[in-house]
Amino acid sequence: MIKEIVIKKNSFFDSVMLMTISREVKNIEGIKEAVVVMATDFNKETLKNVDLVNDEVMEATPSDLIIALKGESEDAIQTAKDKVEEMLTKRTQAQGSEYNPKTLEMALQMAPDSNLALISVPGMYAAEEARKALEAGLHVMLFSDNVSLEDEIKLKKLAQEKGLLMMGPDCGTAIINGVPLAFANKVKRGKIGIVGASGTGTQEVSSIITRLGGGVSQVIGTGGRDLKAEVGGIMMIMGIEALINDDETDVIVLISKPPAKEVMEKVIEKAKGTQKKFIVHFIGADLSFAEKYGLETASTLEETAFKAYEACYGKIAELPYEEEVRIDIEKIRETLKPSQRYIRGLYSGGSLCDEAMVLMKKKFSKVYSNIALTEEEKLPSKDQSIKHTVIDMGDDEFTRGKPHPMIDYTQRVERIFKEAESEEVAVILLDVVLGYGAHKDPASELVPAINKTREIAESKGSNIVFVVALCGTYEDPQDYKKQKEELEKAGAIVATTNKRAVEIAMSIVEA
Amino acid sequence: MVDIERANQEAVERFLNSQPVLVGVGRALDVIPGMTPKTILHAGPPVSWERMSGPLRGAIIGALIYEGLAKDEQEAIELASSGEITFDSCHHHNAVGPMAGVTSPSMPVFIVENKTYSNKAYCNMNEGLGKALRFGAYGEDVIKRLKWMEQVLGPAIKDALEIVGEIDVKNLQVQALMMGDECHNRNRAGTSLFLRQIAPGLVKSSLPKEDIAKVFEFINGNDHFFLNLSMAACKATADSAKGIKGSTIVYTMARNGTDFGIRVSGLGERWFTAPAEKVRGLYFPGFGPEDANPDIGDSVISETIGIGGFAMAAAPAIVQFVGGTVKDAINYTQSMYEITIAENNAYRIPYLDFRGTPTGIDIRKVIETAILPIINTGIAHKNPGVGQVGAGLVNPPMKCFEDALIAFAEEYNIE
Amino acid sequence: MSKINELFKKELKVVNIGITGFRDDLKSLSVSVVHVEFRPPAGGNAKLLSILKKLK
Repeated sequence: MIKEIVIKKNSFFDSVMLMTISREVKNIEGIKEAVVVMATDFNKETLKNVDLVNDEVMEATPSDLIIALKGESEDAIQTAKDKVEEMLTKRTQAQGSEYNPKTLEMALQMAPDSNLALISVPGMYAAEEARKALEAGLHVMLFSDNVSLEDEIKLKKLAQEKGLLMMGPDCGTAIINGVPLAFANKVKRGKIGIVGASGTGTQEVSSIITRLGGGVSQVIGTGGRDLKAEVGGIMMIMGIEALINDDETDVIVLISKPPAKEVMEKVIEKAKGTQKKFIVHFIGADLSFAEKYGLETASTLEETAFKAYEACYGKIAELPYEEEVRIDIEKIRETLKPSQRYIRGLYSGGSLCDEAMVLMKKKFSKVYSNIALTEEEKLPSKDQSIKHTVIDMGDDEFTRGKPHPMIDYTQRVERIFKEAESEEVAVILLDVVLGYGAHKDPASELVPAINKTREIAESKGSNIVFVVALCGTYEDPQDYKKQKEELEKAGAIVATTNKRAVEIAMSIVEA
Repeated sequence: MVDIERANQEAVERFLNSQPVLVGVGRALDVIPGMTPKTILHAGPPVSWERMSGPLRGAIIGALIYEGLAKDEQEAIELASSGEITFDSCHHHNAVGPMAGVTSPSMPVFIVENKTYSNKAYCNMNEGLGKALRFGAYGEDVIKRLKWMEQVLGPAIKDALEIVGEIDVKNLQVQALMMGDECHNRNRAGTSLFLRQIAPGLVKSSLPKEDIAKVFEFINGNDHFFLNLSMAACKATADSAKGIKGSTIVYTMARNGTDFGIRVSGLGERWFTAPAEKVRGLYFPGFGPEDANPDIGDSVISETIGIGGFAMAAAPAIVQFVGGTVKDAINYTQSMYEITIAENNAYRIPYLDFRGTPTGIDIRKVIETAILPIINTGIAHKNPGVGQVGAGLVNPPMKCFEDALIAFAEEYNIE
Repeated sequence: MSKINELFKKELKVVNIGITGFRDDLKSLSVSVVHVEFRPPAGGNAKLLSILKKLK
């Protein structure tokens, strides 16, 4: 085995790109390990774990690029090095057409009328960049995670003082003036405004509204912690105010995981007594309080979208084309062995995962998860499922140093195979989120995995059922209908909302 | 606490207000402050004979022979190592010199005066491409040409200048930038402009026709003739910003072939040095990176005050010489705005809508952005006597700026 | 009118700091975007960074 470590001083590349490179290079024949990373402390640890460190690596700084390779031959190593170089320069050349500034300051000199900063730098630098952007009078969408709660509070207070949007940290989705930011679907413009503390929950609702023929005015993301007592819902309240004052918005949708009680009260206080209609969905929370103020509530994301649509555009004439309702559950059950009793949900979207757990809890006494609803349902190890298990593979413990499962299906595909080994598993439940930022063709990753899983199951004389919740719009770059068709052709049951997917999965395992 | 912003504004205003004018030509010994018959000046920060690189040693050997202090290479080396000769940085004598920058007592030098601040700067005259003293060549032809420059070229320009009057060098640089020069690695326009200005004086001078013709031919045959004059002007400009309390603006960048050194306005005469880096560039046929000496020369005084590599967008043709694409050249200039605090009021770039060149390097910005100044430069062969082998781009080592920043914090008790 | 409501009435002009894919998505939608090629300030050197902060 040959090891080779190359350090490129002062060459910063974004982590998404480096992950892509690492993955491609690892696929080169004769290459056993390939780690192409910035020399952060965390990455140095990773390198230590695969025994690819030397003194130079330890002394390198976070702006130095490390190319660490293990291979079977000099030739393989050389091929890998050439490949890295090629992929790195390809990017540089693509950028050659125009000057990319290195600082926000210079960007604003070049485009002084900029009005929003979309920030996705590593967490440790994110708060400072956001602060600079707010100070410069820009609205901010902070995609980065790993920002401290303390920094979040500071940033939001600063934004409040300046009257600016401070969406995030860890804000995955927003649509401002029809422009999708980070992970967002191509939704139609319309009269429904959304303030969402949950990324995929917001994507699900805005996508369903669009598929129904409605549209959204603005989608404001707040980041998942906005409704914690410490942050006090600053951004949700500012978002509500803005949508109340927006002539283009008739209906306002609020989506979040259950907020802190005092925050919930504040939010609802803000929402009451306006001309605008509100639809409130706090996933799994007690909504009697909201109802007291005459606010419409919804118990699922699907229902939220339906109610918002009806509040804005009138009765839904006909439910959208939903092929999955024709599925013959009985027939599917016949293909399963009696031992196959459980659902394994492998989610990329945290809110979709939450929703699945909440729905399943109505039928099953326990639903295990890495982000479980109760302490006793928490999986001892994220890698080991128990009975009914629904895991959020977009959670930090899965994504540290790895690409998000919405972008890269590798981890999920591996997990599918692992789950398929179990004699107890009947259904593998997946979410597939389309839209900007997400994988360009999820079916191309999942179809081979589904086929292979089935082959294994059939060889054992059984079957495994795949149920997919497909989140997106017909206009999304991935082509919603094509994704649906290809997954169905592979034998998966494709539901157009997460709620339906969960219900189908449950109906299969219910005796 | 010291007001850094104000100090920097003061420093850069000095750059912008400077008016470097060619006021005369003189013998180094007569005009350069602190010059003695046994002093030899060189480019870059101070460096001992033992640590000098090949081209610098070669140039010193040549200068000792040229001055008649040694009769051959052997004697020159013995003399150089004896301690009898004083070696010093040009910068300690208000002077600059390209590549090895070797300036010895008998050489004719340009005298440029900064009319705004009354400081002067000096630079020797350019010998042309190929085998030249500044690349460490010291053959017979080299010495012969130096003698001719001393006896004919220098006096001719001196006389001619007296006839045509002082020449505003900044004005020539400004025009040259409009004509596709960046005034460091491309000086074709500048040389032509200079020749146009000095021509009537040369023709009217009392020199023999033969000599005048040779002077014309010599300048016409060397596109870089203007470089040394331009460098003297840059030096006169740069020095005006020396020693402004609290300023983090760089007023000197220089290389001696071994080390790269910078000096910062608010830190006075102190050098911050680190090993000079290799130039990335294009090589003349028959040469490659293995032949190259590390970065050398004082010509980086051009970038220090906002031209040269900083003005690459003005000189798209330069990419044929240093490598890259025209877009790269423009992007280099763009990136320099991120580490400078002003846009020049005189040096302008047509392609960027006559935007002023990025001027006044702030060490804080260099550290914060990790963007290093970009320098256009020639590449000298690592062995004495071979000459120029290519041209390209180079950066100063980051360490110079890091050390300067730490020293600044110490100097001003900022802990 | 609040700044957020003002934003709703303007053309969105984005400064993208970080992931290049987001810049590409915006460009594909003909949204005005300037991409900042972010690098860690002071190359991630804590000592220099702390000096810099004091020299501002």
